[in-house]
Amino acid sequence: MRDVAVVGFEQSPCVRREQNRNEVEVLVPVLRALREQTGVAGADCDFICSGSSDYLAGQSFAFVSGLDAVGAWPPVSESHVEMDGAWALYEAWVKIQMGQAETALVYGFGKPSMGDLPMTMALQLDPYCVMPLWPDAISMAGLQARHCLDAGVLTEREMAAAAARDRRHAMQNSNAQLRWDRSVDEILAEPYLANPLRKSDCAPISDGASAILLAAGDRAREICERPAWIRGIEHICEPIDLGVRDLGRSRSTQIAAEKAGVGSGKIDVAELSAPFTHQEILVERALGLSLDSSSQTVVNPSGGALAGNPLMAVGLSRIGECASRIFSGEADRGVAHATSGPCLQQNLICVLEGE
Amino acid sequence: MCPEPEAALTAPHSLEYTYKRSLGPILSQFFTALRDRRMLAVRRSDGSVLMPPKEYDPDTGASLDGMIEISSEGVVRSWSWVSKPRRQQPLDHAFAYALIQLDGADTTFLHVVDAVEEGSMSTGMRVAARWKAETTGSMTDFVFVPVSSK
Repeated sequence: MRDVAVVGFEQSPCVRREQNRNEVEVLVPVLRALREQTGVAGADCDFICSGSSDYLAGQSFAFVSGLDAVGAWPPVSESHVEMDGAWALYEAWVKIQMGQAETALVYGFGKPSMGDLPMTMALQLDPYCVMPLWPDAISMAGLQARHCLDAGVLTEREMAAAAARDRRHAMQNSNAQLRWDRSVDEILAEPYLANPLRKSDCAPISDGASAILLAAGDRAREICERPAWIRGIEHICEPIDLGVRDLGRSRSTQIAAEKAGVGSGKIDVAELSAPFTHQEILVERALGLSLDSSSQTVVNPSGGALAGNPLMAVGLSRIGECASRIFSGEADRGVAHATSGPCLQQNLICVLEGE
Repeated sequence: MCPEPEAALTAPHSLEYTYKRSLGPILSQFFTALRDRRMLAVRRSDGSVLMPPKEYDPDTGASLDGMIEISSEGVVRSWSWVSKPRRQQPLDHAFAYALIQLDGADTTFLHVVDAVEEGSMSTGMRVAARWKAETTGSMTDFVFVPVSSK
């Protein structure tokens, strides 16, 4: 295996609605900042890979225009995944492993504000048996949350505690969208948005973009003083039907974490991309992170997806948030998580380490 | 030649998926049975019953083909409440999405419960399919309604 590291990370602020900028206009300042941070221009990278969704833009091949933010002339080697940018990073990592690139630019972007996001998410479901019923994303998550509550897997108080912790952490993150300090009791006093979920249990709808620069070996050391080396990266998918899965645990996260070697050392920081509080708890448990305060792992210092949720960039941002704490020396080893599909169907785990 | 304004050509433009799809050997039986107000499931190699049926076992990938008819009554295993339905959703008044396990099936599937109010929903409640007057062979041919306890 080649040593590959995250050597730069930038993101746009997470906002409810980018009223006056299109996706390219959101991306351009992010990529410019990444160039200033690393000294490497996107178009000079050996490989470029992006993650976005044409369903958000409402237009086929909408992702192609995203490349305008990089500049496609002279011709560049480029690819795209209709997935979160974290999966674009996985593809770029494979490309570097294959020896076909030394540097790679990865970016993710999305403007879910242009549609009705919970309904747009219904389009990812089984087109014959489920999608015709148009279950919105919040109802889908609610089915999983109630299963967890009924089965005694977790409590509403634990969910509220996750909601409070992430938004409190986000007060230190100027790019986060939901930044507040409320007690667990205050959250539990909220009415249900969609029983059993309260508004605070749900991630916000955010427009935004983020970008990461990857580099191999000595090239990484040239670009970054303290690169965040990718020690393990794995993604695992479960069946799409809720009825054939154990909704009270995240089996795919657990398998990915084992394969990525999460448990082979201490974890200083964990950045999780779960868009609902009960899902965050399931992911924490699948990673073997303890919820109690004596744990040495800081979970979601950025606020995680529950504080800022730019769809198609949110998972990539978790890797970036984790890496930036390794750049600064604040953490030596961290784990980042990204998710895709309904109710944690597919999960990606990335273990990062400083030298 | 300059056409008169009323001679301008127009055409409707609707964004849609216009392809005809083949449902395959299992789902085509399933949807045809729905049209006849019958529920078909499939038996897996371990003897458990998968509803809705699949052509391939979601765990092992093994090909499945033992279709059996099961009841259109069952139990709510989880539910979430929709207080303000959106335009596309199956009912125009508040309802529940639920994971329903039909009698005779070992798995649940997502469907709709037309309950009067949130308070009448509970995990473990019994529901039965209420069929539309005209069925077309689709998941929207029916919704579930609570079965009053005996």
